[in-house]
Amino acid sequence: MSVLVYLESENGKFKKVALEVASYGRAVADATNSTLTAAGFNLSSAAVLENYGVDKVLNINCTSPFKASNYANYLMHVAKKENSNIVILSSSTNSRYLAPLLAVKLEAAYVSNVIDTPLEYNPLKVKRTAFTNKAFSLSEILTETKIISVSNNAYGLKEIKGNAVMEDFNTDITESNVQINNTDKATNKVSIADAEIVVSAGRGLKGPENWSMVEDLAEVLGAATACSKPVSDLGWRPHSEHVGQTGKPVASNLYIAIGISGAIQHLAGVNSCKVKVVINTDPEAPFFKAADYGVVGDAFEVVPELIEKLKTFKAQNS
Amino acid sequence: MKILVCISHVPDTTSKINFTENNTKFDTNGVQFVINPNDEFGLTRAMWFKEKQSASVDVINVGGPNTEPTLRKALAIGADRAIRIDATPSDGFYVAKQLAEIVNNEKYDLIIAGRESIDYNGGMVPGLLAELVQYNFVTNCIGLEIKDNNAVVVREMDGGKETLDCTLPLIIGGQKGLVEESDLKIPNMRGIMMARKKPLLVLKPAEAETQTITTNFEKPSPKGAVKLIDSNNIDQLIELLHNEAKVI
Repeated sequence: MSVLVYLESENGKFKKVALEVASYGRAVADATNSTLTAAGFNLSSAAVLENYGVDKVLNINCTSPFKASNYANYLMHVAKKENSNIVILSSSTNSRYLAPLLAVKLEAAYVSNVIDTPLEYNPLKVKRTAFTNKAFSLSEILTETKIISVSNNAYGLKEIKGNAVMEDFNTDITESNVQINNTDKATNKVSIADAEIVVSAGRGLKGPENWSMVEDLAEVLGAATACSKPVSDLGWRPHSEHVGQTGKPVASNLYIAIGISGAIQHLAGVNSCKVKVVINTDPEAPFFKAADYGVVGDAFEVVPELIEKLKTFKAQNS
Repeated sequence: MKILVCISHVPDTTSKINFTENNTKFDTNGVQFVINPNDEFGLTRAMWFKEKQSASVDVINVGGPNTEPTLRKALAIGADRAIRIDATPSDGFYVAKQLAEIVNNEKYDLIIAGRESIDYNGGMVPGLLAELVQYNFVTNCIGLEIKDNNAVVVREMDGGKETLDCTLPLIIGGQKGLVEESDLKIPNMRGIMMARKKPLLVLKPAEAETQTITTNFEKPSPKGAVKLIDSNNIDQLIELLHNEAKVI
């Protein structure tokens, strides 16, 4: 028996969520006396996985870019070869795209948004977020093979020695009928999903022309930018930046909300952030109740000052 | 073109979430139920195909009689026919199996579901269904055009988007962006009157197993009070984020 983790990489480098999934997988493998196998696509090196307790790495050679049904097919073959009864994925868009396809192929139950290692192993019981982060549900998995997708930034990185011996894995699959026409991906920006820090702003900024200070603040912090629902509905910012119940979920270490009052739908989307800072002129804004740190003040004064002071801080601490 | 829109019946986005019976059941007391927002974007897109490309639109839900007002609302928005599989939607797999049974009989060209429901957030039903019935599948869908038997689908991914081409039959997991928020339709009186006369089929569930059991729920522990920092003392904020929260 083995635990299989699917590790995503980009330009030959493992993503942070991949190392988190490996850490999680190690804990599950230890608890079930199993070995930990990692699967990745077109890897050049797996040396970093020696630090995350991976026993074995299967490098799947696949020339085409990500296609959910192709990747699910490859992972099915790997899981069968490795006799894996627990398969663990991240909560990235791509992992969550392929997970249900893989579940049917492996006749496995799939549980998403899992925030910690299993509470029990027989039967397997996990804690997951539900009601868009307003609650947790505890689920027992009844099938022999199980697929778990772990919430980003929930378990963290745990360093532990492993061998991480890499082998190539080749197999033939039935090619997906979905063809990629064009991919439009910002390469120079931090995405909300991968960001450690997210800087978000709302209607309090009064207009799209005032977003440069949000971008400046994000740049100083190496953060991704996001916005509230009204801002994306008004067309001030693209939909892809909308954070909340019907937008993107955020689980960053730090979330800075500027001029966002904190509607229940917005709070649901950011509940999983570890530390929340709220900057708002209105001391009664509901967001203050959900925040760790708050500044009651005018964003147009507070944010530029924060940017300047952070620049000085970064210069001193780097 | 024959379209099926999968409708989840979920608590309104502003609902307070509570549980009863020793935290084993969701407390529906005082909760208003709505069409799952991600499904509503898809339903609106389906209405566009109905108006512009003469598509027929069925809506479906797996649930008890209490979900019928939600299906009637979908009919009032303009769907032609509603189907309710009379069963408790015990987990995503069970729901997908029920849907697969209908899809195999009815042979839809396009199935629109939401990327996830806002109650259980499983995000799995459209993908499970696609694999069960062997349809093409795209989720996190923010754009959909169909011409003859070909679909052009835009999907959102981490840090960007991707345009995909495929043939029908197709299943998508829709979300905001598929249509704009301002395009969402509020049923008018005529729609509501017509919806009363439209067919709402109640079907017995197919044999299917449940793969997971939700045993109980927990609520997040209450948050400590916010630390307020004077707007003239931004240095203190930076100091706290660095030394106390350790996030910068």
